[in-house]
Amino acid sequence: MGYITRRLAYSLFTLLTVSILSFSFLELAPGEFVDDMRVDPTVAPETIEELRRQYGLTESLPVRYFRWLRGAAGGDFGYSFAYHTPVSSLIWDRARNTLLLTVPALAIGWLIALPIGIWTASRPGGWTDRASDAGTSALLTVPDVLLALLLLLLALRTGWFPTGGMTSPGAADLNLFGRAKDVAAHAFLPLMALVVSTLPLILRHVRASLIEALEAPAIQAARGHGIPRVRLLYRYALPMASNPLLSLAGLSIASLLSASFLIEVVMSWPGLGPLLLDAIMARDLYLIVAASLFSTLFLVFGNLAADLALFAVDPRIRPGQGARA
Amino acid sequence: MTSRRGLLFGTLAAIHALILFAGFFAPYDPAEQARVIPYAPPSRVHFVDVEGRFHWRPFVYAWTPDPAAYDRYLEDPTSRFPLQLFVRGAEYSVVPGIVTNVHLFGVAGPARVALLGTDGYGRDVLSRLLHGGRLSLIAGLLATVCSLIAAALIGTLAGFSGGTVDQILMRTADLFMAIPWLYLLFAVRAALPLQMDARDTFLLLVVVLGVIGWARPARLIRGIVLSARERTYVLAARGFGAPRRYLLRRHVLPQTAGAMLTQAALLVPHYVLAEVTLSFLGLGVGEPVPSWGNMLGALQQYHVLTSYWWMFAPAVALIVVTFGYHLLTSYVHERMRVVAI
Repeated sequence: MGYITRRLAYSLFTLLTVSILSFSFLELAPGEFVDDMRVDPTVAPETIEELRRQYGLTESLPVRYFRWLRGAAGGDFGYSFAYHTPVSSLIWDRARNTLLLTVPALAIGWLIALPIGIWTASRPGGWTDRASDAGTSALLTVPDVLLALLLLLLALRTGWFPTGGMTSPGAADLNLFGRAKDVAAHAFLPLMALVVSTLPLILRHVRASLIEALEAPAIQAARGHGIPRVRLLYRYALPMASNPLLSLAGLSIASLLSASFLIEVVMSWPGLGPLLLDAIMARDLYLIVAASLFSTLFLVFGNLAADLALFAVDPRIRPGQGARA
Repeated sequence: MTSRRGLLFGTLAAIHALILFAGFFAPYDPAEQARVIPYAPPSRVHFVDVEGRFHWRPFVYAWTPDPAAYDRYLEDPTSRFPLQLFVRGAEYSVVPGIVTNVHLFGVAGPARVALLGTDGYGRDVLSRLLHGGRLSLIAGLLATVCSLIAAALIGTLAGFSGGTVDQILMRTADLFMAIPWLYLLFAVRAALPLQMDARDTFLLLVVVLGVIGWARPARLIRGIVLSARERTYVLAARGFGAPRRYLLRRHVLPQTAGAMLTQAALLVPHYVLAEVTLSFLGLGVGEPVPSWGNMLGALQQYHVLTSYWWMFAPAVALIVVTFGYHLLTSYVHERMRVVAI
């Protein structure tokens, strides 16, 4: 149990650090939300001071942080100055929308990468291998921004896909199935952009780990024993490669979230990305903290899940703690 | 292999020269507007005029708005504007302090030559591309230097001292690597004022980019230092009473050179891209100073995206630079491995 508890503790520590970091970064920032009102002659200075007191901006940083932390533990992430609502009411929907993009993108990316990776790794140097190598190299040099722009251009030119947002006007009147179809149609392009931007790295990694596993002495020995190639690949090499693959699954979430941020902004998908961008522009303190914290939360969850899967799959990790005990 | 290496280095050098001497290669000042020709397509360079006569010196016709269609242009064939070399135009400084006004090519007014078209204010996209590249690329290069210096200091400190210092530094590095880099970029950017003048923004960009990328190279360097420290000849030197500074300079740091070079080639395109991303979203360098990011930002308007293909020029430049550095990375990597063995 030691491994899992340590892992959980570290995740919690990461989240705490990120919240402290974002709080102190924002404290360093010159400018507050009320600055726009200061230049407005119709707003009295007393009103501004009153507002600052209401928002808790007059207190010192540690006091504010600990009050926020106590609230956050209970699901209250403070108050958004710009939207005049509690942050928690804004953030859940946006977080859900980001997940609606990233989770399927991750699944689709792996579903495509695994078979191609296995195929090319078992035939290194073949024409499929060279083609996939050229393809991934080309895709790696295309920036995410451009990818999103090009797909948007495709949508605008052809009119095959709806552009912008997540639902069509009037979608609220549809039945459940119709609404789902509408959201799926809107999600298609951002999803595609996200898959294309994350696929090359995953694919390369799958291929590299499998090739490494295939060259391992154990596999060479098994080959010498005359075990057929397909069985060798699926029964022996794939489980051996599962350790680096699972580690990558955790790590790839970081780049996935970064790509998702950009794609959401360009394609106006109402996820955490545009919310954070607007919050930065408006100096909306608690919203910035919450949005960064949520993205870190996804990341930590992803890494945790990958580590737990690793713990379940790879017996080499488990004896480690037994030896220490 | 040699010819391919020559091609790679030649292309990279040419791109950097073009961009560093942007003032000379660009025909106009990047902020100079020509409001009568917004979104004019790339100028057509002719050898044969409308009457079918051939001219040795290439020339352009001026664009005039098409009276029949909004935002279309027609060539005005009444007068030819030959392209000239080394024309005098807007002033620029080659290096700070030396000001000149000679441009590689241009045409005599009132016509303008815009080989990559013009943007919404009639500014020459080619001039903006070159000047903008200067900003994006220099920011990337300087940020790489910042990151690597920080990484070398932290990595060496962690690897050489070990123990608690090592633990703390590497845990911090893990933390930095765990946060999605774009969010980290925004967190740091959020701490800075929104509106700043171009020079301050540029310097801050460099520092911000440098801050986000130190963790990975620092880990690498720490690993190398750690293994170098335990080499037998280092132990021997220490046994003979060599001071720490000598050990570091003579035996440990030279080992990290390969990793540093590879990381540099890897980080530059990464940082150029990061600068582009920030400026694209309106958090980097602001108008009228061009950068590849804020030029691409114009494409966020649907009508620009669908109608004016030449506005994609910065994206193409970005891909070329990224690809060049990718090749450079694999070349350096390959080369250093050979040397190490």
